[in-house]
Order: sequence, then structure tokens, then C-alpha cells
Amino acid sequence: MRALDLKLVRDLVRLWAQALAIALVIAGGVATFVMAVGSYRSLDETRSAYYERFRFADVFALVKRAPKSLVDRIAEIPGVAAIDVRIAKLALLDIPNFREPATGQFISLPEGRQPALNQLYVRAGRQPEPARAEEVVISESFANAHAFAPGARFSAILNGRKRELLVVGIALSPEFIYAIGPGDIMPDNRRFGIIWMSEKALASAYDLDGAFSSVSLKLLRGVSEREVMLRLDALLDRYGGSAAYGRKDQTSHAWLDHELDMLNNMSRTLPPIFLLVAAFLVNLTFSRLVALEREQIGLLKAVGYGNIAVAAHYLKFVILIVLIGIAIGGAAGTWLGINVTGLFGDFFHFPFLVFAKSLDLYVLAAALSAAAAVVGAAGAIREAVSLAPAVAMQPPSPPTFHRVLPARVRIGKVLSQPTIMMVRNVAHHPARAVFTTLGMALATAILVVSLFTRGTMEELIDVTYFLADRQDATVSFVERRSQDVVHQMARLPGVLAVEPYREIPVRIRSGNVERRIMISGRPRDADLSRIIDVDLRPVVLPESGLAISDMLAQILRVEVGDFVEVDLLEGQHRTVALPIAARVEDYFGLRGMMDSGALSRLLREGPTVNSVHLSLDANRLDLLYDAIKRMPTVAGMALQRVSLANFREAVALLITTMAGIYTGLATVIAFGVVYNSARISLSERARELASLRVLGFGQGEVLRILLLELVFLTVVAQPLGWIIGYGLAWIMKTQLAGELMRVRLVVEHPTYVLASAIVIVAAVFSALIVRERVIRLDLVAVLKTRD
Amino acid sequence: MSERVFAAQALTKVYSSGEVEVRALRDLNLEVWAGEVVVLLGPSGSGKSTLLNIMGGLDHASSGHLFFKGLELTGLNDRDLTAYRRKHVGFVFQFYNLIPSLTAYENVALVTEIAENPMRPDEALALVGLDTRMDHFPSQLSGGEQQRVAIARAIAKRPEVLLCDEPTGALDSKTGIRVIEALLSVNSQLGTTTLIITHNASIQSVADRVLFFADGQISRIQKNETRRAAAELSW
Repeated sequence: MRALDLKLVRDLVRLWAQALAIALVIAGGVATFVMAVGSYRSLDETRSAYYERFRFADVFALVKRAPKSLVDRIAEIPGVAAIDVRIAKLALLDIPNFREPATGQFISLPEGRQPALNQLYVRAGRQPEPARAEEVVISESFANAHAFAPGARFSAILNGRKRELLVVGIALSPEFIYAIGPGDIMPDNRRFGIIWMSEKALASAYDLDGAFSSVSLKLLRGVSEREVMLRLDALLDRYGGSAAYGRKDQTSHAWLDHELDMLNNMSRTLPPIFLLVAAFLVNLTFSRLVALEREQIGLLKAVGYGNIAVAAHYLKFVILIVLIGIAIGGAAGTWLGINVTGLFGDFFHFPFLVFAKSLDLYVLAAALSAAAAVVGAAGAIREAVSLAPAVAMQPPSPPTFHRVLPARVRIGKVLSQPTIMMVRNVAHHPARAVFTTLGMALATAILVVSLFTRGTMEELIDVTYFLADRQDATVSFVERRSQDVVHQMARLPGVLAVEPYREIPVRIRSGNVERRIMISGRPRDADLSRIIDVDLRPVVLPESGLAISDMLAQILRVEVGDFVEVDLLEGQHRTVALPIAARVEDYFGLRGMMDSGALSRLLREGPTVNSVHLSLDANRLDLLYDAIKRMPTVAGMALQRVSLANFREAVALLITTMAGIYTGLATVIAFGVVYNSARISLSERARELASLRVLGFGQGEVLRILLLELVFLTVVAQPLGWIIGYGLAWIMKTQLAGELMRVRLVVEHPTYVLASAIVIVAAVFSALIVRERVIRLDLVAVLKTRD
Repeated sequence: MSERVFAAQALTKVYSSGEVEVRALRDLNLEVWAGEVVVLLGPSGSGKSTLLNIMGGLDHASSGHLFFKGLELTGLNDRDLTAYRRKHVGFVFQFYNLIPSLTAYENVALVTEIAENPMRPDEALALVGLDTRMDHFPSQLSGGEQQRVAIARAIAKRPEVLLCDEPTGALDSKTGIRVIEALLSVNSQLGTTTLIITHNASIQSVADRVLFFADGQISRIQKNETRRAAAELSW
């Protein structure tokens, strides 16, 4: 090996701790990037493959009862590639040893074959025999929640009649990756499950022989989905069809899309921030590290090495450290990515996982880190090689210090000499002080942005569950009911208050922006489920006009007082113009609300109800559950308490786990920054400190002089870090806002405290390591030779 | 008469650091001949090191001319100066300036690897009497030994000139004499033109000529008819 390369290797070994600290900063940036983008891509590809292999449909529609002869006419719609018709019904379940009423989404299976679309992945057991009416296949998450295996039994109320069911198979379907029951906002696998039955059995239970109630279409590539849906609606209209919808409005797909979008947005927001912060810090560190080598650079030049050879030597040094960082970061990122993919794969119950090979990620992360490091080092190298060797080999001439205050002000009386040294040092290297402060501030900032989701989620829970939707339960009916149902419900045991709701699907439009939403008609004085405005105050619905989600108002670009066009997709299928009466603060979905009387008038029908919110007496729940289970008109009962628990569980995985990983990586970066800062200060000032020791300063005093600056800069950096962190959190919140879910940015004080605490602990830890070196400072050696 | 190696004409160097201007060399004229041992004496700041640095291509003159044989150094750019140092000049500094992460052998190899017709590193180390300590790192060597490694490193490429800036400055007398011995033996065996800066007046007796510096100029030149051997020195 050449002597210069040997020097390289030995320098690396000598500076291993610092090299590792820099490498870890790079690794933190690279790992975040590789993990986030890699796991997103893997999950996205997994979903695509799952949809493809199990033929997930493009267009869906529900209908009351349509004859199978209609299938041929649907097939004639231009652009339709495949059709599947079936019976789909919601029904209450009665599960042994499970108090609460659960709901089953019953779906018919054709005899002896897979459906044409939305096929099943059978995990265990088999499909039902056509002749055996009691045999069912159930969704895996539902089976897991109740520990059901093939052979298990439970009962259901199908069309008013209770039937015993026998589980013969457990399956997954691309159509129900996210299975959300009626009235719920989060999946609850215990209270909602998908149940597949033979078509013959389900048809006879619902009197639908030779008919269907659900249709799915697969479209040819490049076909206008809207065109097909309009034609389908026209065909289904006379059979009681409710408007067709695409994947965008299919619950499972929309939620999965939202989750993947969140992951994608996270991967687009946080890792670039991490990578840039890491790049900045590496840049900063290398420029100081190479500056320390000034004399050796002078010597190499003196003995005849050219500028290019010297520069190449130091660049190799830099690149080697970068490579170590990239290797650690790449490996850690890949490992984390695989685990995160697995975690989400389990959460979504994907039947298999596709791990995307993303060479471009490594290349991009590596190139960015390497470029940052090289640019950082290049400045210092250029400066060092531009000096004549004779000058470079001299220690830099004592910098010209200036008084910060006029000479007659004797600050020595106010401040100790070490403090004056610190102040002058900072004042003399303002750029270095600013960049070091900025570096530490960024470390605090990325911690803030990793940690803020907790407070924000708590705010969402507070507003949603305790300010707005304060009901204990929501009962949904299979079909709309007359107003009498309110009194009927009020008489049930344990019911303290009842609020009726009427929901209808609509298309809402302003200009050429259109969304499919539900409008709920509600009592004007509703007290259980309240409407909250953007200032978090309850609002009373106006007598006419529509209150809509603030997010929807933004999408439609409408203000209060503007008119929107609304296609009513139920009843008479009219199109009406409605004024916007209020903008509502809500965090889930896009919705519209209006006075129930106004909605009835709009629909030209008497007051009807399709769900009720209930306030309950917690001591009489069992009686209520039993009564509900006996009501064939009920499709499902959502419980707020359970919903909140489910929400916390889902959030824990999606946000807390990710935030935990990001926090870990941010901590690594924070430590790398502070440690390097302290360590380089020590190298830069070794002579000065040794001189002080010779003059009689104790180890503690010398350490104090060295660390005072670090402490000062760390403290100054904190408020700056909070501000930058808040800004980054705002960017992330904006990126994460979606139509299905969004948050109000709340960064709680403990978040700032924790972020700063981590940086300060990193600083203390670095100080302890540096202390060891100060104690071992060889006074004679430092002073005798010019290092 | 032997060949002329250096010729300086009205060489001037002005350092300006901040508000202060320092004239380190003032219109200096000098000729140095092949194979000569020249000692430069004078107080701090009299211009000795500045002259040596410019002669070695480590620094630029502000005005005037300096020739190395036919080559005008004062006209060279940075790259050509590097080539000049690599080919013709060896340096020995007061503070050795060894690379701490390389052994004695490797410190010499650092130079032999880029030289055109070098001796082997072990040969060079043998010339300064260090052939038994080749695998030691600088931190494992005494000051005198480190300085002799620096000399070995300087002469390993068989330079035409050897420039030494206070080579014994950091050493005790016994070790200092060994170092001077090594320098003289290289001079006699290889015929290397050797310029030595020193504060130590007793070293002047080993030189062919002694240049006395004052205020950026040569105030006096003393020619020694006979050179004393290093062993006869003491201080």
C-alpha cells in the first residue's frame, strides 16, 4: 500500500470515534430515506400485485333487486372488461361469549368457483358447499379477533330470521383490506366481519333467487370511469340502484390509499429533511476537520505532492467516511424498511409481500451524502492548498481579536476570564458559531418533527370524541325508518337520549370539482353529536343551507354564502343548488350536514331516519345489547368507546411506530452533531488549553472553558430549533392532510422539552467523552511540537 | 569553480498581516555553488527562513529574481513550483514535521514514491544511522531520531539542494551533533548543496561559507578555509 494510503487508513483508525460519529449522522439520513421510501414502494407494489392477482374491481354499485338478465346489458356498456354480480347484505351477528352486537357483511359466492372479480385468497379451510346453507367463509381479521377456526359456529339474523352458521374457511379479499362497519370511523375486527356464503343460501334467505343486489365491473384501460358509471346508473335506476362509485369512493381502497399516501408523504417530507440536515452537518464537520490538517497539507506540498494529489488524499478520507455512513445507513434502512413493510403488511392482512428493489434510492441517498461531504471538505481543502506550503506549515497566525465593548468598559470585573474567552471566541468566529448553532437547532428540529404527532393525535381525539361526537353509540338501520323509531329506541333499556339522523349519498359540485359525499340531516338542537366550527365552538345549524367540512370547502373553493350543486343519489335523483351555511372543523372524511327538516323537504319525503345516536347508561349495557341483537331492522351498532380504543391502536402502529423510528434516527443525528462539535473544538484549541494547564489551571477549569462555548451554543440553539421544528411540523401536517383524515397542528410543550432534553443529553454525553480526552491531554507533547 | 546552483538578484519579500507591513527581505543578492555547505546566522526575523522558503519553492517573492541553475523560480506558478520541489529540493524543519500516523520507513517512502530516481527508504535511513528503528512511529522515537528520519526523508530522493531550517533547534547538544553529522555525511557522500539556518553560532565552523543576516539583508559573509568535523563541535 502506498504511504499516503497508509496515512489514510491510520488517520481513520486514529479518528475512529469522530469518523463513526460523522458516519452515523450520514447513516441516520440515509436510513430514514431508504426505510421510508423503500417500505412505501414495497407496500404500494404489494397492493398492486394483490389487486391484480385477485382481480379487484374498478366500479361498484348497489341495487335493491335487479334481475340477472340485466348482466348482458351491463356487459354491453363500452369499456367493461368483466362483470361480477352478487348478493351483498348487512346483518347483525350473535357471537357466543361476545356481549356487543356485531355486524356481518354477507357476500354471495358463485357455486363451485371463484367470483369473476374481487376473488378470495383462502387462508384456511375451503369454500362453502352449495348445498350446505349454513357453511360460511369469514374474513381473517374477524376470525383472528374471535379466535375462530374452521369448525367454529355463531349465528346471524338474516332477513329477520336467526340462523346458525358454520365456519368452513378463512379468507382475505382485496375488496376488504380495510373493513369498516356501519357508523364506525375505524375498523373494529371484533364487531365487524366479512362473511361469504353460497349464493343459493343467501338468495333464499333474502328472497333474491335469480336476482342480485351488488355489481362490480372491471374496466378496459383508458376508459372513462365516469362515462361507464353514468350508463350503469341508467340501467340500474329502475331496480333501485344507488349511484355507482369508483375505487376512489370504495371504503377499503380509499382508506388503504390514504394510509399509503400518508406513508408516501411522510417519506417525501421527513427523510429529505433528515438527509439535508445530515448533509449540512457533515459539511460543517468536514470543513473544520480538514482545516485542522492544515500543517500536514503544507508538509505534503513541501515534499513535492501537488495540489491535486493532496486534495485527492483528503477527499478519499472524506469519501471513505461517507461510504461507511452509507453502508451503515443502507443496511439499517433496508432492515427497518423490511420490518416496517412487514408490520404494515400484517396490519393490512396482505396475503403476501412484494419487496421493491430500489437501487435508485441507495444511489440517490449516497450521492446526496457524498456530495454534501465533499462540498464541505472541498472548501477547507481549497483553502489549505491555496496557502504557500511555508505558510501552511506555520500554525495559523493568531487571529486578530477585537474588543466587543469599548476599552474603558472593564468587563473583566463583571465576567470571568473564561467567559470573556468564550465570548471573544464566539464573536471572532461568527460564521462557525452560527453554523454550529444552526446544526444543533436542526437536530432539535428533527426531533420536534418526529415527536409532534402525539400531541396532534391527542388533539384530534379530544375534538372528535369529546367535543363533537359525544354519543355513546350509533345504531344504523338496514333501511330507512319512519320517525317512530326514535320513540322505539328511547324505550330500550339503558337508553338516556336519542338523536335521529338521515343520511343520503350525494355528488357535490362547484365548477368542475366534484366529490361523492354523504349529507346527514340532523336535529337542529343536536347535543350528542355536535358540529364544531374552525374555532372549535359548537355551531347551531341554520334552518336552510348546508354545513360542510372545512377541507371540502377548500377542495371546492367555496366560502360561506356560495352555492354548490348537489346531485341527490337517492329517491328522485334531482340536482339542486344549496348555499353553504357553515364550515365545520372535522378530521375524518368529507361530509355535509343540514337540518333534517330541510333535508326532508329537499327529498320531498316525510321525516325518515337511517341511524340514531344514543346516550347510554353504562350499567344497563348488557340489557341493551340483548335487545338490539333481537332487532332485525338494525344493521350495526358502533360504540364510541370501542372506536376510540381502535383508533388509538391504529394510530399507535401507523404514527407512533413511525414516529418512534424517526425519533431514534434523529437522536443518532443529534448525538453525532454535538459530539463532533465538542471534539473538533478540543482539537482546535488543544494548544490553548494545554497552555492554560501549564499556567496552573485545573482540569475542571480547562474543561469548563472548552465546554462553556458548547453549552452556550446548545442553549441558544434550542428556541431556534423549536421554531424550525414547528415549521417542519407544519409542512408535514400540510403534506399529510387528506380527504379521509387530517389533523390540526398542535405541538405540545412536552414535545419541545423532550426534543431539547434529547439534544442536551447528547451534549452531556459528548462532554463526558471529551472530558476523558482533556484529562489525558499530554501537556508537554502538545506544547513541544507543533501538531 | 563548481556550478552555480542559486542566484538571487534584488530579492524582496513583504508580508502584510492586517495593518502591519513587514519587509522580511530587502533587495537581497546571493550566489550559492554546487556542493557547498552554507550556514545562515542571524537574529529572529532577519529574513533567513524567508529566504530558505523562497529558495525551496515554499513561498513566493514579492519582487526581484531567483534562479535555480537556469530556471527562474520567481517566474514559476504553483504547479511548476511543486514539480521543482519534488525533483530538486529536500527540506529539514525544526519541528521534524513527520506524519504521526506513518512509521519512519513509511515517512521516507512518502517521498520516494513520488521521486524520479530515489534511493530505497532503508538506504536513506541507513545514511542517518536509523536502519534499526525503521518500523517505529514518530511517537516512539526521540527528538534526534525524529529529526534524522526527517533528514532521511529529505535526502532519499537525491535532491540537489538540502534546505535545513534550524535542524538542531529543538535538540540537546549531543543529539544536535549527531544530526549535523548526518547532514555533513550526506553532503560529502552525495555532494548535496546544503543550506542550514541556525541560531547556534558554533555550527558555523562546519560550513564553507557563513552568511550573517540582519534586517532582511546579508550584512556579512564569512569564508571558512577549513571545515571542522561535526565530532569536534560542542555547545
